[in-house]
Amino acid sequence: MNMMSEVIPEADTLADQGIAVAVRGLTRAFGGPNVLDDLHFSIAEGEFVALLGRSGSGKSTLLRTLAGLDAAPPETLVVPSARAVVFQEPRLLPWKRVLANVTLGLRVPDAREKALEALAEVELTQRVNAWPLTLSGGEAQRAALARALVREPKLLLLDEPFAALDALTRMRMQTLVGDLWRAHRPAVLLVTHDVDEALLLADRVMVLKEGKIAIDMDVRLDRPRRHADAQFNRLRGELLAALGVHAD
Amino acid sequence: MSGIFLPGYPAAAAQAKPVAPAKARRWLPSLRRAYTPVLILIIWQALVATGLVSPQTLPAPSAIAISAWQLAVTGQLLTNILVSLQRVAVGLAIGVSVGTALALVAGLSRLGEDAVDATVQMVRTLPHLALIPLMIMWFGIGETPKITLIALGSMFPIYLNLFAGIRGADRKLREAASTMGLSQAETILHVVLPAALPGFLVGLRQAFGIAWITLVVAEQINASAGIGYLVMNARDFLRTDIIFVGLAIYALLGLLTDQSVRFLERRFLAWRPSVLREAGR
Repeated sequence: MNMMSEVIPEADTLADQGIAVAVRGLTRAFGGPNVLDDLHFSIAEGEFVALLGRSGSGKSTLLRTLAGLDAAPPETLVVPSARAVVFQEPRLLPWKRVLANVTLGLRVPDAREKALEALAEVELTQRVNAWPLTLSGGEAQRAALARALVREPKLLLLDEPFAALDALTRMRMQTLVGDLWRAHRPAVLLVTHDVDEALLLADRVMVLKEGKIAIDMDVRLDRPRRHADAQFNRLRGELLAALGVHAD
Repeated sequence: MSGIFLPGYPAAAAQAKPVAPAKARRWLPSLRRAYTPVLILIIWQALVATGLVSPQTLPAPSAIAISAWQLAVTGQLLTNILVSLQRVAVGLAIGVSVGTALALVAGLSRLGEDAVDATVQMVRTLPHLALIPLMIMWFGIGETPKITLIALGSMFPIYLNLFAGIRGADRKLREAASTMGLSQAETILHVVLPAALPGFLVGLRQAFGIAWITLVVAEQINASAGIGYLVMNARDFLRTDIIFVGLAIYALLGLLTDQSVRFLERRFLAWRPSVLREAGR
């Protein structure tokens, strides 16, 4: 079911085997019970993994650790160096126009062209010279997505990126993220608390519970996926039950 | 700053006037704001003209204007304004530089904070104008004590606001910068300092205000040139009109520097929603 092997080899060999992320025995605690408790899992290159969990389950901590924002013992974690994060808030620098936000820290000769391409992909060509605070929520989040994409990440970390958007914008963004993933094929870890979103997008859904992986489920549904599908509903029920919600 | 609209006169009513050309419409509010000062001037002039108030106590606006003109044609006015302006410019340049340097040291490193902040906070509680006697004993009565006082007074608002601005830079933006591979120096340049700029400009505005106040006080002590000298001299000759000219100059210069900070804000904080709204975008 999951990609973890018995003996975990080193980073180079992992890449040869098509594995983007390897987590082995990762434990994190902040002076209380373990937030992450001896986690073991891996993510294949180009694989879309959704991570579900209630608040306080440790899913954001896991994402921050994978992003390098929280330190972890090096022997517990292998991640590609080309990573990008999209947070729940767009986190654009308000004093830089959209284009400058996307090119920021981009160390390639044709950064500007690349950024314009990425902005075109998220349909923001009209707003490249706009100030971030004049963007709508959806536009700002698309700019954040372009800023992540332009770095050509091997691992794209999405931390509840649609949670603050209205329902219609959220649906459009989910479709966009699915399209971009198919076009660029980074490994994706999507942290969310929305079961439907996870089933709509991911190859694999993990449920985190008290710092441990409670469920690691492959989603073998044809794309594009539909909420009305019977199989979809069955998986949703299973996941909701694992999250402690019982759908009628 | 937007105008205050009374409940009976909503903004929409003012804008609904049918065919006012765009330019005229933009001028109208500033014209409306001029009504009250003009009215005050007229009443003032009338009070003196009718003899209700003695011109010795309160010279008529026309008399003040004539005195200003006479001072201007003899060149006295300009010379003294330039002397005062120079004191403020040099004092501010020193004060703003030192305040900025200290705030950067304290804001960007914990070690710097320990070394600088507590000391600056202590010195800050001392009203700098209380140092005048000491300044005179140390530096005599020339330009040095005046400039030192202005520098000292303008340093603290710069320090306090810039330090707070640097420390207040959004942690989430700094995190995002680090996930984009920005080095620490780049993060300071692209995230921390721009975030601190609004605070710096607030500090600058306060520093200007303090610089003018300090100038007024410092110039009244043994000055041989400057607006303060003009005013003190006028007092000795009972020339109330010239005192008023001096006051008007102080007010105008203060207004001018305040406008210059507002210009800087519009130029460098163009990304702020308030500035965007002001610019009509």
